[in-house]
Amino acid sequence: MRKTVLLAAACLFTPLAIAAADEGAAAPLDWQHWQAGNEVSNTASLQRGARNFFGYCAGCHSLKYLRYSRLASDLRISPDQLKADLLPAGATPADYVKSSLAADDAVAWFGKVPPDLSLIARARGPNHVYQFLKTFYADPSTPTHSNNLALVNPAMPAVLSDLEGVKEAVFRNVEVTVDGSVTTEKRFDHFVTTVPGRLNAAQFDGFVRDTVNFLDYVGEPAQVERRSIGVWVVLFLLVFTWIALLLKKEYWKDVH
Amino acid sequence: MASNDAQFRPGFWGWLNKRLPVESFIREQLLEYYAPKNFNVWYFFGSLALLALVLQLFTGIFLTMFYKVGDTTAFDSVEFIRREVSYGWLIQYLHSVGASAFFVVVYLHMYRALMYGSYKTPRELLWLFGMFIYLALMAEAFMGYVLPWGNMSYWAATVIINLFSTIPVIGPGLVEWIRGDYGVADATLNRFFSLHVVAIPLVLLLLVALHLVALRQVGSNNPDGIEIKDRRGSDGKPLDGIPFHPYYTVKDIVGVGVFLALFAIVVFFVPTFGGLFMEEANFEPANPLSTPEPIAPSWYFTPYYAILRAVPNQRLGALLLLLAVLAFFFLPWLDRSPVKSVRYRGWLFRLFLAEFTLSFLGLMYLGLKPPTGMYVVAARVFSIGYFAFFLLMPWYTRRDQVKPVPERVSFHA
Repeated sequence: MRKTVLLAAACLFTPLAIAAADEGAAAPLDWQHWQAGNEVSNTASLQRGARNFFGYCAGCHSLKYLRYSRLASDLRISPDQLKADLLPAGATPADYVKSSLAADDAVAWFGKVPPDLSLIARARGPNHVYQFLKTFYADPSTPTHSNNLALVNPAMPAVLSDLEGVKEAVFRNVEVTVDGSVTTEKRFDHFVTTVPGRLNAAQFDGFVRDTVNFLDYVGEPAQVERRSIGVWVVLFLLVFTWIALLLKKEYWKDVH
Repeated sequence: MASNDAQFRPGFWGWLNKRLPVESFIREQLLEYYAPKNFNVWYFFGSLALLALVLQLFTGIFLTMFYKVGDTTAFDSVEFIRREVSYGWLIQYLHSVGASAFFVVVYLHMYRALMYGSYKTPRELLWLFGMFIYLALMAEAFMGYVLPWGNMSYWAATVIINLFSTIPVIGPGLVEWIRGDYGVADATLNRFFSLHVVAIPLVLLLLVALHLVALRQVGSNNPDGIEIKDRRGSDGKPLDGIPFHPYYTVKDIVGVGVFLALFAIVVFFVPTFGGLFMEEANFEPANPLSTPEPIAPSWYFTPYYAILRAVPNQRLGALLLLLAVLAFFFLPWLDRSPVKSVRYRGWLFRLFLAEFTLSFLGLMYLGLKPPTGMYVVAARVFSIGYFAFFLLMPWYTRRDQVKPVPERVSFHA
């Protein structure tokens, strides 16, 4: 938990520090090494993440391998709460989490069907999802008027800009030598927030972390149970091995 | 001694033994089977390989109850097993981590044979059966890897099956025949399922039985490479031998405990093993339009994959890959040394064994890396090192200054 807080602090204050320094003098924002630092055993964080997901993601993205009932029991959400807050009209707790976006509409509006996110945290890793959600910036040249550092030209618009605000990306030209010839390359340097959002930087970071944590859980719902059983299995096997070793020593006393 | 006295006993035990040689089998195979008393830690891996096989069979049976073969159902059914079948995640992880554990154990088991000359006369057939088990295991693992129908499953199948296209004349037709389609598809998945759950397990069990029968015929080698049957006491029993049961059954249980503890740590805490045992790309369904970068086979195939990619000519690369696997089969006849164990061999053999170990591990690492720049150069150096071990073996094992082999095994209680 302390590690998470430290990482959060480090990630939060890095952009501010760079913005304060002279342009070009500071090191570029090191977003590729940002860590999600999430903890799937933190149920409160998962509950917040689920709320975020159903508020901001579930309109377009499904979790087709996850049932509402499983979600409720793992996240300790009561049946009444589930019905009131998460369950869409007409759905039963045994249903899988499907988005209400029709495939045809999705293709017409975004050019593709938004991917199912059941396994996104396992396929790409929580850090990648975290970096993706934190590196949207305004870009008038794209159809969505936004772009992303972790996934260039995404079909997905910057849906969290209402919370985060609008960021502009500042690039700088860097001279690079490729096969002996010098060319200039546009490299990302840092973000500047032009329109503030409803959340401050720390609140938004917490929002993204909770959401990533929830997606990590969805990727492997049994993982908390897996680790807690594992401790007992390994302890049992160590005791078993110790007894087996004593037995072996007893038998081998008469081998000379 | 081999007579079946138990059949004359009263009651059920006599009735049973008159019809089935239970007691004499137990006596001959366990109580009166004499194994050298100086086995060290390297001798755990035989029984552990058997344990890994049983583990794979058992978990495989339960997975097959829920797995749905087919290009539209396979991926979903594996996720169903991991999420909705009671303890399905555990069975699935035991099986996929078990495959890697099997190879860890088998590689260590084979390395033991290299160190102590266990392939040398009179154990040539024992070694050959073992090598056929290794081949069958590679086929089994490859086909099993395709079954979850993830994106790495699909592309690994594509790349590996395409290796057969380098065979002159019949290559392209053969590849189509293996796949049953113009690309890796539903037909490929279905036949791989059939081979993975029926054909190859049967072959494996037969080969394991032959391997064990051949072992009982010639007896185990040991770290000193001395034949214990040559030194018998007045009772006709080998002086340096002890009954397999209870001494080695009770000792092997300790090995089982240590193995299972390490295995459980991986299964319960790091089942993907940082992408080595379960790749991230395999959590996305098979997609013929999206190639994962880079395509790397499972870690236990990477030494051969690195050799394939180290050669600029694809046909020659595929040939060297095949030879790299087959080279092990010829070891009993390449090795001309009068002694078996590395303990009594000279510096030449030790040098080549060390060089081979480094090359094999180096290639294993390089097979996971992209084939660029220094990685290719290193893979070429290690490939030469790999083949030098085999090709120069007749020369260096004859030139080697061996030490005198003692008459009795070294053993400290």
